[in-house]
Amino acid sequence: MRIAVLSGKGGTGKTLVSVNLAAVAKSSTYIDCDVEEPNGHLFFKPKEIVEEEISVKIPKVDEGLCNGCRKCVDFCKFNALAYIKDKLIVFEDICHFCGGCILLCPQKALAEKEKVIGKVRTGTSDGVSVYTGILNTGEPSGVPIIKKLLDGNKTKTNKMTFIDCPPGSACIVMESIKDADYCVLVAEPTLFGVHNLNMVYELAKLFNKPFGVVLNKCIGGQNPSEEFCIEKNIKILGRIPFDSEFGTLNSNAEIAVRESEKYQRMFSSLLETVKKEVHHETTSNP
Amino acid sequence: MKQLLILSGKGGTGKTTIASAFIKLSKAKAYADCDVDAPNLHLITKQNAKPKKTDYYGLPKAEINSKLCIKCDQCRQNCRFDAVLADEKYTVDSFACEGCGVCEIVCPIGAITLKVAVAGELMLYESEEEVFSTAQLKMGSGTSGMLVTEVKKQMKSAADGVEFAIIDGSPGIGCPVIASLSGVDMVLIVAEPSVSGISDMERIINTAAKFGIKAAICINKFDTNIQNTNKIENFCKEHGLAFMGRIPFDSYAVAAINNGKTIVDIDCASGEAVKAVYNKTINYLFERETEK
Repeated sequence: MRIAVLSGKGGTGKTLVSVNLAAVAKSSTYIDCDVEEPNGHLFFKPKEIVEEEISVKIPKVDEGLCNGCRKCVDFCKFNALAYIKDKLIVFEDICHFCGGCILLCPQKALAEKEKVIGKVRTGTSDGVSVYTGILNTGEPSGVPIIKKLLDGNKTKTNKMTFIDCPPGSACIVMESIKDADYCVLVAEPTLFGVHNLNMVYELAKLFNKPFGVVLNKCIGGQNPSEEFCIEKNIKILGRIPFDSEFGTLNSNAEIAVRESEKYQRMFSSLLETVKKEVHHETTSNP
Repeated sequence: MKQLLILSGKGGTGKTTIASAFIKLSKAKAYADCDVDAPNLHLITKQNAKPKKTDYYGLPKAEINSKLCIKCDQCRQNCRFDAVLADEKYTVDSFACEGCGVCEIVCPIGAITLKVAVAGELMLYESEEEVFSTAQLKMGSGTSGMLVTEVKKQMKSAADGVEFAIIDGSPGIGCPVIASLSGVDMVLIVAEPSVSGISDMERIINTAAKFGIKAAICINKFDTNIQNTNKIENFCKEHGLAFMGRIPFDSYAVAAINNGKTIVDIDCASGEAVKAVYNKTINYLFERETEK
């Protein structure tokens, strides 16, 4: 069972919800797909760390063979190649590693070269398997790291898997939710929150994923996100109140359910609701 | 045009709240929202005029003509993005397709063509007083970095001769952030005093440094964790980073935003604090420039 946690807006509590759900679920898997700013590992502080470098295949020029025909330059849709002053230059940072230039070169002057863009770090924390993707700073795309993270965990088990997604709704988020069985959308009670909730709501619908909403930072009074859920008839999975004890635990990267009975109960009940929903969805819409 | 970019690494630290306050305080004649996959600045900078809308074309998408296709499988084998699906018919998963054109060149019978695709919408609000450039990436599209570049280009060409511009950025450190960094004069990083916030702040500082952009830090909701606030300030001192000030957590700020107002439109503690941060930031931006 693979559950993706997403939000559109940043800072609404994706990591908070996915970390605490994975921790109450016990023997579960937590995958941090927010490879640009991974934070789940700061909470889990996993042990028995194994690291694997992730690289992509980019072109390398053999200047002796290149005759300056510029077929590769004309082909590259990303403008990652240029022929300047009798020399072919590869702009590694904008290369999308499609491999087209290498296929096309009549002189066989281009070959593949591995370029490390980040890593996947694996460890365990009190029964939870923790997978973290980390993109190197300055690298534009973490998609290959996310692919690696999710492909490596594809085996269908009964183990619950929680996927902590990046913010936004672009390619990197789509990659993260592609194989999820269910999406948990985390929303905060602000005008910005509801506007971005609407976006991931559209995204989940576009990908035909069943979903429900967790309302975070509930302070009583007006909650535009709650009103949105009621209006669109979206299942509200739970409400997390705004309280300073919880906030402090979270800002110190402590896992609330491991620190206090109260939060243990809150997230157990949320987990049960999520499980029920997933079960309901998979039996009624297999 | 001097450009101030507001970033944070971590999401939800208050980029848009602070950007909108700065826009108000500076009476900015030009500003832009580069968070193209979750834009929010337009919700709070009230626009009277209707925007000029332009379709944004990202990279094209491949299409397989199944009448011509001989199922040789070359396209699927050569696609690095797993975008070719081989069922009864060969089709392209348009979400996975990056428009690189490899399938088109390997197809032996010319059954594949690249078709242009709308990937978002650019919006330009223009009035006597100001220019506001923003965009919305189409749900599920890639190429957000290219759209960010278009948003900035649109602002610059509409606000020709304007001296100062404020740009609201997106969270993360990847392609849209890198695209937003290009050509700006300074980045203000809005940090949050949490362990996650500190980790993310360090990564965005490194990213800005890689591209040679000068950076300064301010802390939002500083009183939610004083220990971590002190850690951030010490980090700035140790690394010689300019510190622009602290802004407190303020429930009035949430109320202001929910009513479509900036935090300097109402009388509140966060609004007062942001004024001090603004003054310091502007001095830092222009002072350093004169030194050069």
